[in-house]
Amino acid sequence: MAVSKGTEKYTIPVGPIHPALKEPIRLDLGIDGEEIVDVDVIVGQVHRGIEWLGMNRNNAIQNIYLAERVCGICNICHPFAYVMAVEQAAGITPPERAEYIRVITAEMERIHSHLLWAGIAAHEIGFDTVFYLVWRVREEIMDLIEYVTGNRVTKAMFQIGGVRRDITEEQFPRIRKSLDYYKSIFNQLKTVFLDDRTIRMRTKNVGILETEDALKLLVVGPTARASGVPKDVRQDQAYSAYADLDIKAITPDVLTGAVIGDVYDRIIVRLLEVKQSIEIIERCLAEMPPGSILAEPKIAKLLNALKKTEGEGVGRAEAPRGEVIHYVRLEAGRETLAIWKIRAPTYTNLMAIPIILKGGQIADVPIAFASIDPCMSCTNRVVVVDQKRNKKSLLTNKDLHELSIEKTRKLKC
Amino acid sequence: MEILSPEKIIGSFKAALGGDFIDSKIYQKEVAVKKNIFTSIWIHVKREAFRKAVEHICELQNCPHLSIISSSDRGNDVELIYHFTIYYGHHLQELSLGLRVNVPKNDLKIPTITDIIPGALFTERETQEMMGMEVVGIPDNRRLFLPDDFPEGIYPWRKDETGPEDLLRVLPGRQQKWQ
Repeated sequence: MAVSKGTEKYTIPVGPIHPALKEPIRLDLGIDGEEIVDVDVIVGQVHRGIEWLGMNRNNAIQNIYLAERVCGICNICHPFAYVMAVEQAAGITPPERAEYIRVITAEMERIHSHLLWAGIAAHEIGFDTVFYLVWRVREEIMDLIEYVTGNRVTKAMFQIGGVRRDITEEQFPRIRKSLDYYKSIFNQLKTVFLDDRTIRMRTKNVGILETEDALKLLVVGPTARASGVPKDVRQDQAYSAYADLDIKAITPDVLTGAVIGDVYDRIIVRLLEVKQSIEIIERCLAEMPPGSILAEPKIAKLLNALKKTEGEGVGRAEAPRGEVIHYVRLEAGRETLAIWKIRAPTYTNLMAIPIILKGGQIADVPIAFASIDPCMSCTNRVVVVDQKRNKKSLLTNKDLHELSIEKTRKLKC
Repeated sequence: MEILSPEKIIGSFKAALGGDFIDSKIYQKEVAVKKNIFTSIWIHVKREAFRKAVEHICELQNCPHLSIISSSDRGNDVELIYHFTIYYGHHLQELSLGLRVNVPKNDLKIPTITDIIPGALFTERETQEMMGMEVVGIPDNRRLFLPDDFPEGIYPWRKDETGPEDLLRVLPGRQQKWQ
């Protein structure tokens, strides 16, 4: 493995903006030869003050749409958790039909998010053929989301006390068609990701997170389940239509018989969850009760009631990346929220990054970091600090681009 | 591990904390078609017994999950709520447990729980920088989200004179001061 250079230890900051990290975040890696011996995570580069806006500018209903914009991928589960928190505070019960529609949209989001991640993961290990394949396959669910909600990204489906759009009987065949498509290609995807030699070599025994560490560091979502922690809000807590559906948390041992907690296990969990989501949507379509979709269709009346509400609530939902929690307090006579606290899953999953990366090699950073599925953004800039000589060199987007052109030219000769 | 009912959990807290237990609340709601019960519990304790309460949660559940610490400026004191969940992995048995503790503003100190729950570090660091709470014994004292050049002594979550009022751009229609 790594060749130690004696006492010389280098620190390489990766990020905040870096091609390998799909989110503005900085990792300071302490390097001994090729081996990573020390990791520090520095966050805060995209702190936008969304909670502050919700407590100072927007009213409780406007905040649903602000919550959607917390994340470009998880824009169902954030409003989901938010409306559940407000419903708890104000004592509103959404109609049963709305609960099923919420779950259908949330599971559609999980399918698209996991496929997106699978493409990114393939790209991170340089397997771009699979990246193109998966993202082409993902278009089907994006089209379906657009068909059902009217939009590909920010879907605006949620309302306090229900949903804003119904899913009617006439739409079922179109939905089933997409689900059948995914069922027909599922085995192909499974072969590509679980049997391919390159993917196995790059992901097996890389970025291991043991069960005990996952529990202590409060890791959530597929990252926790891949480490053998059977934790899934959909299974554990009675929320929305999931309470009717007997969900079971997926851990990698259902397929391999053992839990290692490496990147490969995280692929297994996400892949099987795509299948699980398809089954959940099918069951929801079959069992969807009739009725209204909103507890209070008159928005002005609802807003007025919320203004008079005194209370607090906590909403938890299982996002594609893990548990999302929103805590809300409403005060009578106050138009905005009194307190709004949001916690997205990456927040706690980042605690595990030092353990996942330590002992690995620099070349494994992209895939190991991506394996917890953090969010997206991309520009090129790399800072390399030589600690011993205290020399700092900065590679900008332009430099990297020129290096890239140079390499292509060399290869052409 | 035995799964206790919400009433028994509150009873066990009362027994463990004695006079330091202030108040409790159980919220239950029927969900969807099968009318399964969603439960969340809120427990209010005195600051002196806060560590003991966290240790008691660890007795109820080995490695409890701490989702986040939410904090709010309540005038003379700061209210912290530690949002725990216990009994994960059991179908529909999980409970949200909000552990509430009030800290007076003239002595904004709360002991760390990172020795019991190492994953609490990020949220403790966030509470420190955003609310000006001193987390006694925190292993990593640095800021989390705020940049290094953010002025000292200003805390974005506060609603008093240490709040971020002077740093804000005044948008049309926004009231000048916190209410």
